[in-house]
Amino acid sequence: MSLTDRSLALSDGSGGRNRQRSNFELYAWLFMRISGIVLVFLVLGHLFIMNILDGGVQRINFAFVAGRWASPFWQVWDLAMLWLAMLHGTNGLRTIINDYAERDQTRFWLKALLYVSSAFIILLGTLVIFTFDPTIG
Amino acid sequence: MATAPVGTLYRGGEGMWSWVAQRITGIAVFFFLYVHVVDTALVRVSPEAYDLIIATYKTPIVNLLEVGLVGAVLYHALNGLRVIAIDFWARGPRYQRQMLWTILGVWVVVMLPGTYYMMRHTIDALFGATP
Repeated sequence: MSLTDRSLALSDGSGGRNRQRSNFELYAWLFMRISGIVLVFLVLGHLFIMNILDGGVQRINFAFVAGRWASPFWQVWDLAMLWLAMLHGTNGLRTIINDYAERDQTRFWLKALLYVSSAFIILLGTLVIFTFDPTIG
Repeated sequence: MATAPVGTLYRGGEGMWSWVAQRITGIAVFFFLYVHVVDTALVRVSPEAYDLIIATYKTPIVNLLEVGLVGAVLYHALNGLRVIAIDFWARGPRYQRQMLWTILGVWVVVMLPGTYYMMRHTIDALFGATP
């Protein structure tokens, strides 16, 4: 390829790749910041209530969970926290895999494992919040 | 001590190490989150199964790990706010170092009483006065 050809090939605005330009990374970057601000309140509030307030972890048991999830407020709180934290963490780990796994195959399989695990945990957590039964057992 | 290269925030010095710590705390918290969703899911099995797993959270060693978890989350949250300030506040990059020492100060001020209240039961159980 001559110098001129290469210059032309690079001038299509795709950064040298023959792919459609995507804003995905921009939205992912923005999502980390927006979800981060929301999570500061949700997670630190959760940790304060569960670990510090009124005896902390020592008072937590099934009855305690049943009492909290009787209220739609805490159901919505926990559901929002679950989804935002899982997506925030999954995207964080995706970035880390992209940074450190150099072989294409390694990157692909690590991310496949990440996405499958995260989808499972999000579905499991959502199911638990929506199908919780205080009279079980 | 070598000074950080000019014009970049994440190479060398406080800018880099705060970023390294953000990654390490992020990974640690994320893996705990997997475990935590699964242990909470035991409320769908039976109250006994859930109470059994929660009992391990009340033991002295796991209680200490919880302090580590809260410390990791608190650092990640405070430094995350600092990163947002660096990205969106015009003077953020110039004050990144001062902001780091500020959040580390806040971290210490919150963690001192926080650790005490989180571990009060464990401290009583291990070193407490007569029952």
